[in-house]
Amino acid sequence: MKSVIAEDLVKTYRDGEVRALDHLSLDVEEGTVLGVLGPNGAGKTTTVRILATLLKPDSGRAMVGGIDVIKHPDKVRQIIGLSGQYAAVDEILTGYDNLVMFGELYHLGKKQAVLRANELLERFSLTESAKRPIKTYSGGMRRRLDLAASLIVKPKVLFLDEPTTGLDPRGRLEMWGVIEDLVKGGTTLLLTTQYLEEADQLADEIAVIDHGKVIARGTSDVLKKQVGGERLEIVVEAAHIEKTQAIVSKVSGNKSSVDAGIRMVSAPVSTGATALIETLRELDAAGIHPLDVGLKRPSLDDVFLSLTGHIAEEKEEAK
Amino acid sequence: MSALLDIRIITQRQLRLLTRVPEVLIFSTIQPVMFVLLFRFVFGGSIDTGQPGGYVQLLMPGIFVQTVAFTLAGTASGLAEDLKKGLIDRFRSLPISPSALVVGRTLGDSMLNIVVLVVMALAGLAVGWRPSSGITKILIGFLFLFLFGYALSWVGIYVGLSVSDARVVQNVGFMVTFPLTFLSNAFAPTTGMPRLLQYFAEWNPVSTMVAGCRELFGLQNEFGATAGSFPSENPLLMSIVYMGLIMLIFIPLSVRKYKNASN
Ligand SMILES: Nc1ncnc2c1ncn2[C@@H]1O[C@H](COP(=O)(O)OP(=O)(O)O)[C@@H](O)[C@H]1O
Ligand SMILES: [Mg+2]
Repeated sequence: MKSVIAEDLVKTYRDGEVRALDHLSLDVEEGTVLGVLGPNGAGKTTTVRILATLLKPDSGRAMVGGIDVIKHPDKVRQIIGLSGQYAAVDEILTGYDNLVMFGELYHLGKKQAVLRANELLERFSLTESAKRPIKTYSGGMRRRLDLAASLIVKPKVLFLDEPTTGLDPRGRLEMWGVIEDLVKGGTTLLLTTQYLEEADQLADEIAVIDHGKVIARGTSDVLKKQVGGERLEIVVEAAHIEKTQAIVSKVSGNKSSVDAGIRMVSAPVSTGATALIETLRELDAAGIHPLDVGLKRPSLDDVFLSLTGHIAEEKEEAK
Repeated sequence: MSALLDIRIITQRQLRLLTRVPEVLIFSTIQPVMFVLLFRFVFGGSIDTGQPGGYVQLLMPGIFVQTVAFTLAGTASGLAEDLKKGLIDRFRSLPISPSALVVGRTLGDSMLNIVVLVVMALAGLAVGWRPSSGITKILIGFLFLFLFGYALSWVGIYVGLSVSDARVVQNVGFMVTFPLTFLSNAFAPTTGMPRLLQYFAEWNPVSTMVAGCRELFGLQNEFGATAGSFPSENPLLMSIVYMGLIMLIFIPLSVRKYKNASN
């Protein structure tokens, strides 16, 4: 069953001057994670806001949990959780106060709200800072609290808009851990991101969007295949570059290229690990000891490049 | 029923912001108290009111009204701030009615006025303000002041959502409030103004509020009465009409704007 369906969504701003969504369609299978991947200005936030009932599309249809978002926004709000692009919690209140307040607004009643708040604080390792105002929190703590606030009533469908943008690498890893745990619990998740590795890491399926349209979708493996197979990469001493190049070309059957700066010889290969082993054997026979070897699968950056013909460019984001 | 609960929660939230940021409470109280002292001692000596008890009797209602009028700017900038931070998105994604959210907010914001008015009244009493109409009328006077602040807080919602940069909102709030409070009978008689301004000042809701409060606090309304225009003759009635109009226009307008709010 599809938990989220968006069909032909169109949204324009400034009297049609800015076309944020241009017939965008996507869907999310129940219990899975869809990563919506696109550069700044691609239309990610607009999509999420429409699905979360905050914005009405100019045209198109959207269903969440089988409920029409445009016709019954109130019902949709009862089954979704949303964590926006900017951690939307009350800076002045403490983490605990925030969660209790939102719990009460979900009509849990004071007692339940307090229980749930403590439970969530514990789960997101925020118990120690629970009684401090949010303005003293780090970026990662804020995002975790924001996520906690969107989980108060165990939503059927969760929307996370760029959950790790602006976090340092450690904050990002923590957030990934938290999201992975959530997903194990069976939550249906639509997550947007500008980071290719993030979609790769967290999503079952990826929809690549650009200029308000879905330009490709599939599992990250499928998307990568679309770009071509793997690449063999070998780093050697400068003196061995030429010989290595000859070997790699011979094994791969493809023209190899050299990055002299990092002394890396590389070539596309279709046989993967077999090609790698054969190359190593030949290098060994020639008395060459590689400094580093690897089989590189194409990154999603490569995917974007090959899909759009341009690298992920940023559209100016109007505020 | 659950709407009432939501209103209470949001009202509490607004009030809690005040206790968590005592600066807001302190400065919103210090400023009017400073005005009381400045006007009382700087102008008090040179403005002849012809009233028993002197300038401070006329001054206090003026400063009361001016102070509650700033609720507009307070609500507007607080809302703009929340909008910018995405907090309004979060509130709007909850399964509760947007009206409850806005009502709670306006209520919470205007409750600040209760504290501020009490402190000002004490300051006034300390420098010679002596309302003479008896406790019931005095309390009705304060109820009027509270309601005026409440009505303006609805305008604040609209302003805050229309101009979504908190600093700009502050300035817009002051730009609206300052001329309105000074182009009135709050601090000086309107009789000395050029004809056109006088006309404006007499119809100005701030003037009708000030004149109304003066009446309720036991003064003859001489400072305000001028050409015998309708509002200066019937300040209480006109104040009620103005407050009713403001709410009639801005409650639906603000609620609708809130429903479609986006940052
Ligand atoms: N309120 C708005 N007014 C005008 N243009 C907007 C507004 N919100 C978004 N846009 C424009 O719509 C496009 C998509 O924006 P958005 O959905 O925020 O993209 P993303 O979240 O992928 O960065 C961008 O070109 C952006 O400038
Ligand atoms: Mg965005």
